[in-house]
Amino acid sequence: MTIADVRDFLEAEVISGEGHLDTEVHNACGSDMMSDVLAFVKDQSVLLTGLINPQVVRTADMMDMVCIVFVRGKKPGDEIIALANERGIVLMNTPYRMFTACGLLYEAGLRGGN
Amino acid sequence: MTMKFHFEVPGDDFTRAGEASGELKLKLKRLGFSADVVRRMTIAMYEGEINMAIHAGGGVADVEILPDRITAVLTDNGPGIPDIEQAMKEGWSTAPDNIRSLGFGAGMGLPNIKKYTDMLDIKSVVGKGTTLTMTVLAK
Repeated sequence: MTIADVRDFLEAEVISGEGHLDTEVHNACGSDMMSDVLAFVKDQSVLLTGLINPQVVRTADMMDMVCIVFVRGKKPGDEIIALANERGIVLMNTPYRMFTACGLLYEAGLRGGN
Repeated sequence: MTMKFHFEVPGDDFTRAGEASGELKLKLKRLGFSADVVRRMTIAMYEGEINMAIHAGGGVADVEILPDRITAVLTDNGPGIPDIEQAMKEGWSTAPDNIRSLGFGAGMGLPNIKKYTDMLDIKSVVGKGTTLTMTVLAK
C-alpha cells in the first residue's frame, strides 16, 4: 500500500510531507520506546507512536522509515515538523488509539516485518 | 583517503541529541557507503549521543572515515560507568524517569551499540568520564 492508503485506513490528517504520499510501504512498527525501535526494527517503513518529541523523527530517520503516525490525535510542534520536512518523512495523526491503529493497518495488509 | 569530522554533543538540550548522527548519516550516504553500513554506524552513534546527553552532560564525537571502515570516538567528562559489564546487559538502566518519558532509558543503549558495530571499546573512569570507540567495517 502507499502512504496515502495508510492515511485513508486510519482516517488520518497529514501534517507534513504531502509530496511523498505515493511512496510504497510494506511494514510497520508501533512503539513509544525509541530504544526498542532502534533495537528490533528492520526495514520497516511506518512508525506508529504516542510520543511527541524530535527524537521520534531522529529515530525514524536512523531506521530509514518514511512515515510517522501519531496516535490519539496528537499534534507535533513546529520543531518536529521542520525536522521531518528536512528528512523527507511524512507526518500524520490519527484519532485512533495505538492498538486500534495497528490493528487497522494489519487488517489492511501491513505486517510487522522481520 | 581519510576524512575526519568533529562534533559537539550538547548536554543541556536533550532534543538536540542526535544532530551529529543525522549529519554523519548524510555524509556517509553521499560517500556511497551501503545502506546497511550507514544504518549500523549512525544508530550506534545516535545511541552514544543519547547516552552522553542523558548521563554525562554532553561530550564530543570524533569520526574518522576510511574506505573500508568508519570509527567514531565519543568522549565525555561525565560520572563514568562503575560496572561496564552490568551496563552492557539489556534492560539495565540508570536513566531518570523524565528520560523514559522521552522514549529512552530502557537499558538498550550500550547493548544496541555493541550489536550494530563490528568493534567496540569502552574505557571509563568513575568521576572522570567515558570514552567509547566504535567501528563499523564497510564490506
